[in-house]
Amino acid sequence: MQVSSVVRDPLVTGGKTVKDVSHDISRQVEGSPTRLWWMAMGVSSIFFAFGFYCVCTLLWNGVGVWGLNKTVGWAWDITNFVWWVGIGHAGTLISAILLLFRQRWRMSINRAAEAMTIFAVICAATFPLMHMGRLWLGFYWALPLPNAFGSLWANFNSPLLWDVFAISTYFTVSLVFWYIGLIPDFAVIRDRAVVQGNKIRAEVYNALSFGWQGGAKTWMRYESVALILAGLSTPLVLSVHTIVSMDFATSVIPGWHTTIFPPYFVAGAIFSGFAMVLTLLLVTRVVFKLEDYITIYHIELMNIIIIVTGSVVGVAYITELFISWYSGVEYEGYAFYNRVQGPYAWAYWSMMTCNVISPQLFWIKKIRTSIAATFILSIIVNIGMWFERFVIIVTSLHRDYVPSSWTMFHPTMYDIGEYLFTFGLFFCAFLLFAKFFPVINMAEVKSIIKVGSEKVTADTHDTHH
Amino acid sequence: MEESKKVYWKGIEQLANNPEFVKHAHEEFAQPGPEEDLGHSRRDFLKMMGFGVSAVALAACEAPVRKAIPYVNKPLDIDPSIPNYYASTYTNGGDYASIVVKTREGRPIKIEGNALSSVSKGGTSAQVEASVLSLYDNSRLRGPFKRGGEKKEKITWEDLDKEVGAKLGEIAGKGGQIRIVSNSILSPSTKAAIAKFTAKYPTTQHVQYDQVSAYGVLKANEASFGKAFIPSYDFSKASVIVSVAADFLGSWISPIEFTKQYAITRDVTEEKKEMSRHYQFESILSITGANADYRGQIKPSEEGTVIVTLYNLIAAKAGKPAVSGGDEKIKYAAKAAEDLWAARGKALVVAGSNDKSVQILVNGINDMLGSYGTTIDTAVTVNYRQGDDAAMAAFVSDVEGGKVDGVIFYNCNPVYDYPQGDKLGAALKSVALTVATSYKEEETGAQAQYLAPDHHYLEAWNDAEPKKNMYSLGQPAITPIFKSRAAQESLLLWAGEPKADYFEILQSNWKTWFYKGQGDFQTFWDKALYDGVLELPAEPAAAVAFAGDVNAAASAIASTPKSAGFELVIYESGNIGNGSQSNNPLLQELPDPITKAVWDHYVTVSPKDAKDINFSESITKYFTIAVEGKSVKLPVLVQPGQTPGTIGVPLGYGRTKAGKVADGIGVNVYPLVAMVNGSLSYVLNNVKFDKTNEEYQIAQTQTHNTYMGRQTVVQETTLAKFQEKHWDREFHPTVSTWADPKHKVAPGEMAIWKGHEYKDHHWGMAIDLNTCIGCGACVVACNVENNVSLVGREEVIKRREMHWLRIDRYYSSDAPADDWRGVEVAAENPEVVFQPMLCQHCNNAPCETVCPVAATTHSTEGLNQMTYNRCIGTRYCANNCPYKVRRFNWFKYHDNRQFETANPAMNTDLGKMVLNPDVTVRSRGVMEKCSFCVQRIQAGKLTAKRERRPMNDGEVVTACQASCSTGAIVFGDINNPESKISKLLKIRPADPERPHRVDKITDNPRAYQVLEEIGVKPNIWYLTKVRNKDKDATKA
Repeated sequence: MQVSSVVRDPLVTGGKTVKDVSHDISRQVEGSPTRLWWMAMGVSSIFFAFGFYCVCTLLWNGVGVWGLNKTVGWAWDITNFVWWVGIGHAGTLISAILLLFRQRWRMSINRAAEAMTIFAVICAATFPLMHMGRLWLGFYWALPLPNAFGSLWANFNSPLLWDVFAISTYFTVSLVFWYIGLIPDFAVIRDRAVVQGNKIRAEVYNALSFGWQGGAKTWMRYESVALILAGLSTPLVLSVHTIVSMDFATSVIPGWHTTIFPPYFVAGAIFSGFAMVLTLLLVTRVVFKLEDYITIYHIELMNIIIIVTGSVVGVAYITELFISWYSGVEYEGYAFYNRVQGPYAWAYWSMMTCNVISPQLFWIKKIRTSIAATFILSIIVNIGMWFERFVIIVTSLHRDYVPSSWTMFHPTMYDIGEYLFTFGLFFCAFLLFAKFFPVINMAEVKSIIKVGSEKVTADTHDTHH
Repeated sequence: MEESKKVYWKGIEQLANNPEFVKHAHEEFAQPGPEEDLGHSRRDFLKMMGFGVSAVALAACEAPVRKAIPYVNKPLDIDPSIPNYYASTYTNGGDYASIVVKTREGRPIKIEGNALSSVSKGGTSAQVEASVLSLYDNSRLRGPFKRGGEKKEKITWEDLDKEVGAKLGEIAGKGGQIRIVSNSILSPSTKAAIAKFTAKYPTTQHVQYDQVSAYGVLKANEASFGKAFIPSYDFSKASVIVSVAADFLGSWISPIEFTKQYAITRDVTEEKKEMSRHYQFESILSITGANADYRGQIKPSEEGTVIVTLYNLIAAKAGKPAVSGGDEKIKYAAKAAEDLWAARGKALVVAGSNDKSVQILVNGINDMLGSYGTTIDTAVTVNYRQGDDAAMAAFVSDVEGGKVDGVIFYNCNPVYDYPQGDKLGAALKSVALTVATSYKEEETGAQAQYLAPDHHYLEAWNDAEPKKNMYSLGQPAITPIFKSRAAQESLLLWAGEPKADYFEILQSNWKTWFYKGQGDFQTFWDKALYDGVLELPAEPAAAVAFAGDVNAAASAIASTPKSAGFELVIYESGNIGNGSQSNNPLLQELPDPITKAVWDHYVTVSPKDAKDINFSESITKYFTIAVEGKSVKLPVLVQPGQTPGTIGVPLGYGRTKAGKVADGIGVNVYPLVAMVNGSLSYVLNNVKFDKTNEEYQIAQTQTHNTYMGRQTVVQETTLAKFQEKHWDREFHPTVSTWADPKHKVAPGEMAIWKGHEYKDHHWGMAIDLNTCIGCGACVVACNVENNVSLVGREEVIKRREMHWLRIDRYYSSDAPADDWRGVEVAAENPEVVFQPMLCQHCNNAPCETVCPVAATTHSTEGLNQMTYNRCIGTRYCANNCPYKVRRFNWFKYHDNRQFETANPAMNTDLGKMVLNPDVTVRSRGVMEKCSFCVQRIQAGKLTAKRERRPMNDGEVVTACQASCSTGAIVFGDINNPESKISKLLKIRPADPERPHRVDKITDNPRAYQVLEEIGVKPNIWYLTKVRNKDKDATKA
């Protein structure tokens, strides 16, 4: 008998029992991949392979294969970096902040969102590596490692160094948080494998679950750790993009040098992160038949977050424009005039349309609860957020102080190839995750379906108050 | 316990200790085995095998052997790592500069001006600076060649001399005609050698021509003064200069000299608030016109009209009869005449026209203004541009008519650079003997039977007489790299001299000509060699009487037909010049001072005539230019300042046999040059100019042309304003403080940094925008000094040129400064400003804080320094540089076949000899930028330290400063109140208590810092540009 609340609709529909939860989610891991999965994997692998060729060419020949020049020293590389880092925000936000705020609706989506975070951060991290002129030295010189060169040390003044710490900390904490959440679920799969007599799977998942036995004390510790990690992650959600924004905010370039960046970037990151979570989950719930776990209610809540953060971002854009005029600084003024009117105006207006105007459609309940509309808008938001970073980076650099150095930036095949590389990487990783790991946190979801001993059907549901 | 006394032994032999046993006791086996019998032990075998295996393995991975042969006995005057300097002479046709060559370990690596010469006065040009790389040009001839049919074969000098001698004898025997063809020859010893040759073969005629002729000036002076000569001009004495299409700062007659003189008149200080006023009337925008105070736009066909107008206006004031013609409506003509007349005796009028009639009138004007004896010296005649257009035309028709049997081309290339070159080249096939002596094969050599390569000038002894009684010695700075031979020696050997050593001949010439018996000859010679110049007292200026027929000249001008179509100007660009050095990538990648184009040939068109070309990002269309039956196709470059209805095409492109660098770029426009009234004319009428649909992208280093009214970048004023009492710059950025918004302070005063303190030196630089003419010599000098990579056309199109120092060229706009769309467009006839831009060595450097690995840091002497080894190439520093002077190594530019053509100095064995060993060749993926020539600072400091003395001011000169003919760049220690820069800037410490603090105040009101309001505190100050304009005549 399922116990339903008077005031709240159930977060998981379909009258699922504890057993159903284990079954619905574990069967993805246990069964063989579907044809759809193989097709998706094939496409992702092609992207990955082509991108990998571009990456190899870049590393072999030099950063010159990109379209950068003397004036525009960063373009798609750092645009993609910031974009991916931004996407990587939703996972931890959902897991940590919503955990602290006891938002239980997060339970169906946090696993996938965290996985997305991890893969997005990996994709993001490839760009700072690839954009370096001398990767073979840079990947460790940027770390404050002891060396034999006396005072030779990293420069702690540099926001790029802060980035190294911010991203690596965020990645580590997210990974640990994610993995700890996976442990009880791995144990479920192991237990089922033992029953099913699949020895190899039993062994593998036993190892992955660190031999989890599910004792009451273990659960207690598990929950304490989750809470501690949530506490640790919460400031990281805010700090990572704050620090990324400081790459720009601490510089002297008009359009970069602005104090509004930290909150503006964090809002933008959450905005794009939720959009990406929606994109992925809308596909996952259909492919893996998880409509009962990821419901319209979840989608609506996330859409509301998108309205809020999208509006914050919109206010930030308008504030920037206002300040550029109000400050009376000629260069600042021109930088924004150039964004709105200059040769990259098309990028600016793409950004404005995608990020500020389109999310406002979610005020309409019909759109907010429409799966097709949500899917399209979530992609539009991510396009818009890519343009936001492109606008900030390229249009600020290409016309800065000294007009003799003004240039345009033209991307090459390798700029595009490296972006596709990260898409290939991301989707390959996400598909592998979806196949081999439980995509929904079974342990937590079980806590929100309050069940009696018997299964209820939809028509009897209303009578049991 | 009693110690055991037991002894064990191996056998009875040990006990007996017999000698046989003792002998083998240390060996492995008591009994010798079979291998020992062979004399090799098993261990030896293993050792040998181990050695063998590792030796084979090592040999397999050994690098190819590169020959580096140390000196067996160290030459007395060559110390490794210590440079030697030799005074020498640069001559290239009629171009001249007295120079000092820096050599390292026997290799010339840098050229600087020789201040002891009163002709070039230490000045150089981009061509002179770049010529050191031409020495290491891979397309040089490795030795003498003979052409059998189409193929050229190696030949020995002995055989060549035998064959040429025999043929010459044969020609002379039957009375055939011999010609020696050359550009203007400055060398008296060469002329003597030619005279000897002519004495031996009396049918020989020496024909001189110049790529860009000044024959009209010669003829005009003959008509005016009875003698064909070119006088010395002295712009430094002129307070009003009027130039009608004479690009005297870029290419006309002797630009290095004129630049020096001109700068003197343009220099203003608070004490000397006077400068010359310069009017320029021209069709193309030349570097000279860009520096003018007033620039009138005229068509080439109006050059004569302007001169006639000026003549009549001045004649009216002088009370002389007017001549017919002229047009008083020509803008600025009346004003120019007014100023000229007011500045009588301190005025100078020059014209670039090669038309005798125009030049006669110019002489007439100068005569009325009293320029002869003041700004023009007819006694000290110059020897540049002595080419005789008539003689050359006669020579070509003689060759065509089969009247010439032998031709020797002495270091010239008329097949390429003479208008009738095609005809000449074709006709040479039927000449019995053709010899070319140029150090490269080139287009003319390709038509010659014998190639007898001369040395490059840096390998050769030579002398020069650029001006009457001003002599100059050229000494070799390196042993000839290839089997070349002095051309003078060749001529003398062919003339039958049994033995000819040009050095000895030169020395004995000088002994005969100049050694007057005072002291010992060796001392005299050594002094001349050390100084590089020998200047005899100038002859006193004789009074000249102008006797030109101005009326005839004026009517000749009046009869010039008006043009129906477009008018074409063929000119020498500021980088490639006349094309003789176009295979030099340093020049190909030097942005033209005006168009900022590199590696490309184009036709300049006024914005009005190119309305349908949207010339953004250098993307343009091809146009066809058809004139007098000839047609060429070139991409259009939209050029503000170009007179509507006119087009301009630079010379020097369209090379076919110059070498890998130059071949195939553009078209040769020498054939378009016409012969008008007996002299070559570089302007053409009735040109058909039609658009094609073929697209092209020109490589330009600067595509945005205006400075957007940003006074923090460029500050300028007019002389009238500057002369006011208590003049101050119009623009002083200030910021409000937090405490009191009404209290405004200079941006530098607000800082969260404590600021550096430089206890010892504090290096700084001042750049005078008023004297910088934008020529670009400093850019080449910087490239050579600092091993700056050249990257080629494709990479420049991607906007990746590596120049550490660039010259920003800005045009004024007619729009008000707050119309951001409007000020992006240059004015029709813009004012131009040149701004050398290099690392500003900021004291609060934005690049330093953002580098994650501290690869760019601040020195204790105020330098912003790059540690290439530490750089990981994030490019954050370049993004954060407000001046955009940092350059990234996008690719490996050295030892990379992709860049072999563009950058031979780092990709060919021969080219690498030019690299400066004191400066690292940067690897792929690292950032680089101007270092203030830190290697020179270190060398200066070490010298001072070794000599136990403080450094003197002027001891360290940066490469750009050294090359700057106008002295616009001053570098030095601003901690030293006695240094030139301190005095120029009138610099003093902001806090007298702590004089070594970074904060300094400049009391020179012209001094400002670019982008002062960002608070980065640069160590470079710019001096405000002053235009000699009337007060109300300022533009945005």
